[in-house]
Amino acid sequence: MDYFDILISILGSAIRLSIPLLFTALAGLFSERAGIFDIGLEGKMLASAFAAACVAHLTADPWLGLLAGILVSIAVSLIHGFASITNRGNQIVSGVALNFVAAGLTVVLGQAWFGQGGRTPQVPTEGRFSSIILPGADAVRGVPFIGPLYANVISGNNILTYIAFLMVPLSWWVLYRTRFGLRLRAVGENPGAVDTAGISVTWLRYRALIVTGFLAGFAGTYLSIAQSAAFISNMSAGKGYIALAALIFAKWKPVPVMFACLLFGFLDAFANFMQGKSVPLIGEVPVQIFQALPYILTCILLAGFIGIARPPKAGGVPYTKER
Amino acid sequence: MGLGSAIEPAIELVGIDKKFGAVHANKNINLTVAKGSIHGIIGENGAGKSTLMSILYGFYQADQGEIRVSGRPVAIRDSQAAIAAGIGMVHQHFMLVENFTVLENVMLGAEGGQLLAKGTSSVRKELKRLESDYGMEVDPDAVVEELPVGTQQRVEILKALYRGAEILILDEPTGVLTPPEADHLFKVLRVLRDQGKTIILITHKLREIMAITDTVSVMRRGEMVATRKTAETTVEELAELMVGRRVLLRVEKGDAAPGEVLMSVRHLTVKDSRGVVMVDDVSFDVRAGEIVGIAGVAGNGQSELLEAIAGIRKPTSGEIWIDGKPVAGFDPRRLRDLGLAHIPEDRHHMGLVLKFEENENAILGYHRDRRFGRGPMLDLDAVRKEAEEKIAKYDIRPPNARLRTANFSGGNQQKIVVAREIERDPKMLLIGQPTRGVDIGAIEFIHKRIIDMRDAGKAVLLVSVELDEVRSLSDRILVMFAGKMVGEKPGDASEQTLGLMMAGIAA
Repeated sequence: MDYFDILISILGSAIRLSIPLLFTALAGLFSERAGIFDIGLEGKMLASAFAAACVAHLTADPWLGLLAGILVSIAVSLIHGFASITNRGNQIVSGVALNFVAAGLTVVLGQAWFGQGGRTPQVPTEGRFSSIILPGADAVRGVPFIGPLYANVISGNNILTYIAFLMVPLSWWVLYRTRFGLRLRAVGENPGAVDTAGISVTWLRYRALIVTGFLAGFAGTYLSIAQSAAFISNMSAGKGYIALAALIFAKWKPVPVMFACLLFGFLDAFANFMQGKSVPLIGEVPVQIFQALPYILTCILLAGFIGIARPPKAGGVPYTKER
Repeated sequence: MGLGSAIEPAIELVGIDKKFGAVHANKNINLTVAKGSIHGIIGENGAGKSTLMSILYGFYQADQGEIRVSGRPVAIRDSQAAIAAGIGMVHQHFMLVENFTVLENVMLGAEGGQLLAKGTSSVRKELKRLESDYGMEVDPDAVVEELPVGTQQRVEILKALYRGAEILILDEPTGVLTPPEADHLFKVLRVLRDQGKTIILITHKLREIMAITDTVSVMRRGEMVATRKTAETTVEELAELMVGRRVLLRVEKGDAAPGEVLMSVRHLTVKDSRGVVMVDDVSFDVRAGEIVGIAGVAGNGQSELLEAIAGIRKPTSGEIWIDGKPVAGFDPRRLRDLGLAHIPEDRHHMGLVLKFEENENAILGYHRDRRFGRGPMLDLDAVRKEAEEKIAKYDIRPPNARLRTANFSGGNQQKIVVAREIERDPKMLLIGQPTRGVDIGAIEFIHKRIIDMRDAGKAVLLVSVELDEVRSLSDRILVMFAGKMVGEKPGDASEQTLGLMMAGIAA
């Protein structure tokens, strides 16, 4: 394999690994721009992965699986909303609690229903989102550089991948070009301004959380019935937290979020590729070093190498009318 | 103006009553505001002015009573309903989204459709019109946090006008403004009135009432106690109506007898947490037996200066000398041992722990004193006895040392802090915003204590955004603008002179 083929294969894998991050980070974007911290992205991902796998297994229809994933994720999001908006609870505590509930409940229900140690049964092929070959992919494969890039990186992904990238401009458009987006950004900065303009802070924040649940549902579904063919306990493996890091790294803006997620996906793919390979001059490096790279990078980035990341000003603070 | 003698009412409040638990915030309030007039509502903190206006703006619902707008009864269930009835409000703390542009802020809540594009162009057009009608110019594409405070306030007014407000409520609008900015605001308000708008001005500043209003209503303890034509009343009468007894508005003090220099600041520079220079190469002295006041609009470095001297904030460079010792970088405990007392600007965040009992706050920072116990244990009896003595001496009400501090009024909370710091008999006193949120009766008392400190030969450094307060207490006034000391004036300098310096226009 020459270097170009290696690059193409790493890039392809990077795209696949960044998709759940991208959905999740965009999900977090809507909630956090509305002033609700969402540490519970991980839990939403897990819960929706489980729901999608169950339904896809039973119906052999990936779209019904996706619907189940989205509905469950929105439900988890609304619980977070009930705790942190309606009851003005601590958003971090609520999020962490939901993560534990999701991690535990998926395994318990999985074991009770299927008896496979918390796994769901294999989802049949027709119940999964499979790769789509874009028109002309085979024809251009022979063209130098662009050919393999199109055939192996851009083409050959499942439909959710393309939806993920469509969500980026769509999110931008919603945030910056619609009334809902203007109000959502305002409520994350100064809910008082929204309230005195005669807009309900509570209802606005709930709507933001519904969008969050919707997007996180895609992420979970992708994990269990696009990337894999079953739900495995704790299969999100911290991706919800990495997505949060990407969100901060991207300073809560949609397009930078995409690049941040691609970067983390690339590092992940690179780590996978380096397994068992030796590095020139150093020799074989334990794979754990590479696997740790995304997390080390996260620490470095969050330690201030991205300049001042100014979070939405009202983030984490439950809204109460003054006096 | 009304035609002939008939007054056309813009707003009528009939029998408005509101309780918050045990607190009776508004008691059977009746008020008529004439169309095309500027109507002042004055009262002490907690008199119920803000509650009343919040009811009018739909933030709260009255338990009883009726609101009529232009003679028609209206139900104002939320702010949206208030806006629909033609009522606009400019809040004391601006309700602006700081990282939005002026345009976005004006548009918020009145976007004119699901998509922003159409609203954007109509706001732009309307802002142009308002600019030419009322002389309120502002760049629609400027980001609000980069605008001066006076301009931000203009954005708040424009927001209300864009929504078609005919009645404009302003809640303590001059608290954050320089005197020239306040003058400009008053000019705008007069233009608005002359064009037929009705203005309700809530304030606790008597001079403002006299300067701008046509009619004034006084509130005390939830009741509307009087309404007067401004031309037919006096400052003294209004003060008496507010407090319920005669008050001394002027501070009575003799001449200062300054002694040796007790506190010296040389080339002090302080940066805030973002690295912005807040205090820029500042030098001055404070002598025994004098009060040095620092005047300036909030946010010009006075707070940081005070915190640096008090040892709360580390100076970036420069020297601070106290009683002949260099103390820059000392922590507050060591400074206290050297005889420096500090009454911080914000009693809620720095001066007190609101959840503590009164007696615990009364020794806060002095808890290591031998009198309050040896070793790790506190002698609670001694602590409470000390607290009770201060309560008696400072007339803190209610006189209950076991009550949670949060349950005291602002004035009494401030007295707790003042008593704690002054009763230690320090050599030097730093005092920030001594009477912020304090009622007139307590202001009189606290001012008297500060003068007593001076007459006892202490050095007093006073920081206040209330120019009147600085002028009435200080023997010398230093003016800060943008982190620099722009000049020094004697204590009797005119408000105009100081106002121009505070705005950075004159030195």
